[in-house]
Order: sequence, then C-alpha cells, then structure tokens
Amino acid sequence: MSMRFAAWRETLTGYAFISPFLLGFLIFTAFPIAASLYLSFTDYNLFSPPSWVGLEQYQTMFTGDPKFWKSLRVTFIYVFAGVPLRLSFALLVALLLNRASRAIGVYRTVYYLPSIIGGSVAVSIMWRNLYGDEGVINKALNFFGLESVRWFADPLAALWMLITLSVWQFGSSMLIFLAGLKNIPPSLYEAASVDGANVLQRFIRITMPMLTPVVLFNLIMQTIAAFMTFIPAYIISKGEGGPLDGTLLYSLYLFRRAFVFYDMGYAAAMAWVLLAIVALLTALVFFTSKYWVFYETKED
Amino acid sequence: MAGRRLRWIAWHLAAAGGAFLMVYPVLWLFLSSFKKSELIFVTSGSLIPDPWVWENYVTGWQGIGGLHFGVFIKNSLVLVVLATIGAVLSSALVAFGFARLKFMGNRFWFSVMMLTLMLPFEVTLVPQYILFSELGWLNSIKPIVVPAWFGAPFFIFLMIQFIRTIPAELDEAATIDGCGKFRLFWRIIVPLIMPAMATSAIFSFYWRWEDLLGPLLYLNRPSLYPVSMALKMYLDAETISNWGAMFAMSVVSLIPVLIVFFLFQRQIVEGISTTGLKG
Repeated sequence: MSMRFAAWRETLTGYAFISPFLLGFLIFTAFPIAASLYLSFTDYNLFSPPSWVGLEQYQTMFTGDPKFWKSLRVTFIYVFAGVPLRLSFALLVALLLNRASRAIGVYRTVYYLPSIIGGSVAVSIMWRNLYGDEGVINKALNFFGLESVRWFADPLAALWMLITLSVWQFGSSMLIFLAGLKNIPPSLYEAASVDGANVLQRFIRITMPMLTPVVLFNLIMQTIAAFMTFIPAYIISKGEGGPLDGTLLYSLYLFRRAFVFYDMGYAAAMAWVLLAIVALLTALVFFTSKYWVFYETKED
Repeated sequence: MAGRRLRWIAWHLAAAGGAFLMVYPVLWLFLSSFKKSELIFVTSGSLIPDPWVWENYVTGWQGIGGLHFGVFIKNSLVLVVLATIGAVLSSALVAFGFARLKFMGNRFWFSVMMLTLMLPFEVTLVPQYILFSELGWLNSIKPIVVPAWFGAPFFIFLMIQFIRTIPAELDEAATIDGCGKFRLFWRIIVPLIMPAMATSAIFSFYWRWEDLLGPLLYLNRPSLYPVSMALKMYLDAETISNWGAMFAMSVVSLIPVLIVFFLFQRQIVEGISTTGLKG
C-alpha cells in the first residue's frame, strides 16, 4: 500500500511541476488549435457571431482566390530556394572553419552575427535600403558593369530580397554543422588517408554520411521556420506584400486576411492548410530519411 | 613548407573575405547613420561619411508621433524583463518535472511539448487573438507577457538536456536527508542549471526585443509601443528628411542586442550546438 501511495505522490508532484506547461498548453495551444479548426468552417468577422458555412472557406481558397495561389507559390519559392541555399552556405562555411586556428573564434562570431540580429525590424529596414534604387546592391552591380535592377518594381526581384536576407542568416545552422563536424572521430579520416583517399573522397564517404542526421534535423526545423517568416516580408513590403504580391508570404497573407480584412474564418482555414502542408513535408522528409540518413550502428 | 604557408594565407583570405561580406550591410547601416540624411543614398557606394554628423541621432532620439525614443526603449525593456523572468522560472520548474520525476504520462507530455516546437504559430494566431480580446487584454502588454509565464518549450528542452548531465545520486542524497522535491529543485538543481537558465534568458531577450507580431496585434497606443514598432513608424513615415533618423534609431535598437551577443556569445554558441535548435 505504501508503495502505491508513494507512486501516487510522485505522480502528483510531477504534474505539479509541469503544471505551468500543461495549463499553458491547454489554454494557449490546444484550445486555440481546436477553435481555429472550428472557425475554419465558419464565416466570422469578430463583430457578429461566427456562422457555419461548412467547407466554403476551403472551397473559396482553392477555386476562387488567385491571391491564395500566388502567395503559396511565392512561399514555396522562398522556402525551396532559401532553405537549401542557406544550408549549403552553412555547410560550406562550417567546413572552412572546421580547423584549429586561434582566429576561428573571431570568424565564427562574425559569421554568426547576422543570425542574431536578422529577425529584427532594424535589419529588415536595412535590407530594404540596401536594395533601394540608389542602394549598395545596385552600386555594386554598376561597378561590375551590370545595369541597376528596380528591386521594388519586379515581383521576382522583390522575392529575391527576402531570399537573400534569409540566406544571410545561415549562422545558426553553421554552428550546428560545426558541432556535428567536431563529433566525427578523427580515426575515420586517418584510416581513409592510409588507404589513399583524397579530400573529395573523404568528404563524400565520411563527412557527408556522418553529417546526414544533423542535416535532417536542420532541414526540418529550417523549413518549418521558413514557412513562418513574417517580419521581413511585412517590413520590406510595408505590410502590403507587393509588388504584385511578389513578397506576399503565406503568413503575411494570412495576417492580412485576419487583421486587415477581419476574415477570421478564412484565415483559420488558411492556417489549417498550412499545418497540413508542413506536416506532409515533415513526414515526407522523415520517411525518405532512411534512404539518405546514415545512422551509426553500434559495434560490440 | 612554402605550400603550407600559401594554403594558410589562402584560407585566411577566404575566411576574412567572407566575413567582410557578411558584416558589410551592418557596417553600411552603422556608418550611413553618421552621414547627412540627404547624402545617404547619393553616396551609398562609399562607407565613410563625409562629413561626419551627429544630427541623425539628435533628431531620431527626439522620437516620432510626439513620443521620445526613450519611451519606446523603456517599453521594450518592460516587455523583455517581465516575459524573460516568467519564461525562465516556469521553464526551469517544468524541466525539473520532466527530467527528474517519474510519473504516468511523463513521456507522453514530453512528446506533446516537442511537437508544439514544430507547430506553426499561424494555427493559434486567430483564436489567441479572440481569446485575449474576450479577456479584455487588447491594448495592454498582457497578451505578450502572460503566456511567457507558462513555460517555453525550447527553454524547457534546453534545461532538460542540462539537468540530465547532473548525477542522480545528488537527488537521492538530498532526498535521504529529508529534502522535499521543491526544496531539492530550488536549493540544488536551480543553482546547478544556472548556465542553462542564463542561455534561455539570453534567447528570450532576443526574441522579445525583436518581436514585431505581438506588439503589432495587441498594442494600438503608440505610448505602449516597443522599439520594433517605433521603427515601423519611422518606416511608415519614410521621407528623404528622416532617412537619417531611421538609420540612426535602427542602430540604437541593435546596440543592446550586440552588447548581449558579445558578452554572452559562449553561452549562445553552446546553447545552439547542444540543442541543435535555431536561436
């Protein structure tokens, strides 16, 4: 009896300790998730009670709202160009910095710096001005004999601003790759050198396979984060998503539907479509991972 | 020998060249803030201001919308401090529960917590707004500060990882000495996980300082605006005459972030490397 009492006591204590998370999860996450699913089947403008419309919001989204498709397209370009570029840079620089030198600390700091400040309004304002008609980027293009680009007039050029801003912040992924590189046993490289493997072979046969678990993790987290990008699109386009919806990232369009047009039902439906997309992509990465992620088997 | 030396030089050139490209935009922002407002874009190709002027900081600091820039900094600090204290303390409590107490549902709720790390914020955005508006919390900092006191999954995970490195014998010894769970947590675990709590506090500081969406949704009165919203006001009122002020105040808004970064970069680097999560 006393054992069972002790176990009960420990369970109660356990729940007492995690109660902040539990309460917060129920109030600020679980309940809102359920509410947003319900709202996605309604028409709701905050001022009059929600009215049930069934699948109408989803129907409008898929068949009657070109802006939705545009913003989805912009977001996919942003994610599928930005994330691979960002991870490639992160890996490249991590490889460059993975050596013993007293200067490493300084370089690492400098390359990481953009990740720390990159999410701020100040940096988005800075980026906007770098790409201005008379900005640094155009001056650099002119210097190399190229013509200025009107970054705020062309939708794809404007999206390019957002992509470069995201790639510029490769620092946190670089740190994770660096930690991964440090974990590769040097004995593997020594053995390969003895067998006469060159730098490229060592990279393809040792470094890449050993890093794939880290790459997997980064790929998933960065993709999800990219789908949630809001501040740069909002600031760079001054909240409009222009030109011609070129920077209308999904979260910005959702925000506008909800808080500019008070179309809460539609915004909730958009959120669920996004959740489905993110869940599908994550599942896809997970299920394909057994073909490309290398897990060390423990040898006795 | 000569080949080695050459490779060493080439490596430094590549690393330093890349590093210069990385900081160039920030350097440009910083130095442009000392240029005369009307010259910023005329001379955008060169970094060095000619002449050097302070006036952007003077006009910028006078503020916008009838509010002194110091007001926005104070508002930001209040938000950051209240949210950070809450997030760090509550996360430590939860982390201890997950890491050290055996109870039914421990693993289940831990998985739930890790899943919320991957949940796009858009899914809860609209209902949260409705919830806070029903509670009458609009136009106050409560919707931004209060949820922070219910634990942040990222910090909880970071601290769990840290607690797991502390030998369990310590808990057992304390329990035998008649120490209750809360005393064990407060007297023994908390002092030991200070580094993880510090790392969490640093990240919390960054996210709150830079946050725009929360203030954009919940604060309508400029007198409550944090720095991020003040900069947005500068941007909305963008004209040739205030470019300089906008640049100068952007620099000012980055200074606290940079100071914290240079003071605590070891903790930041370790926090990212050990959790593998983005900062």
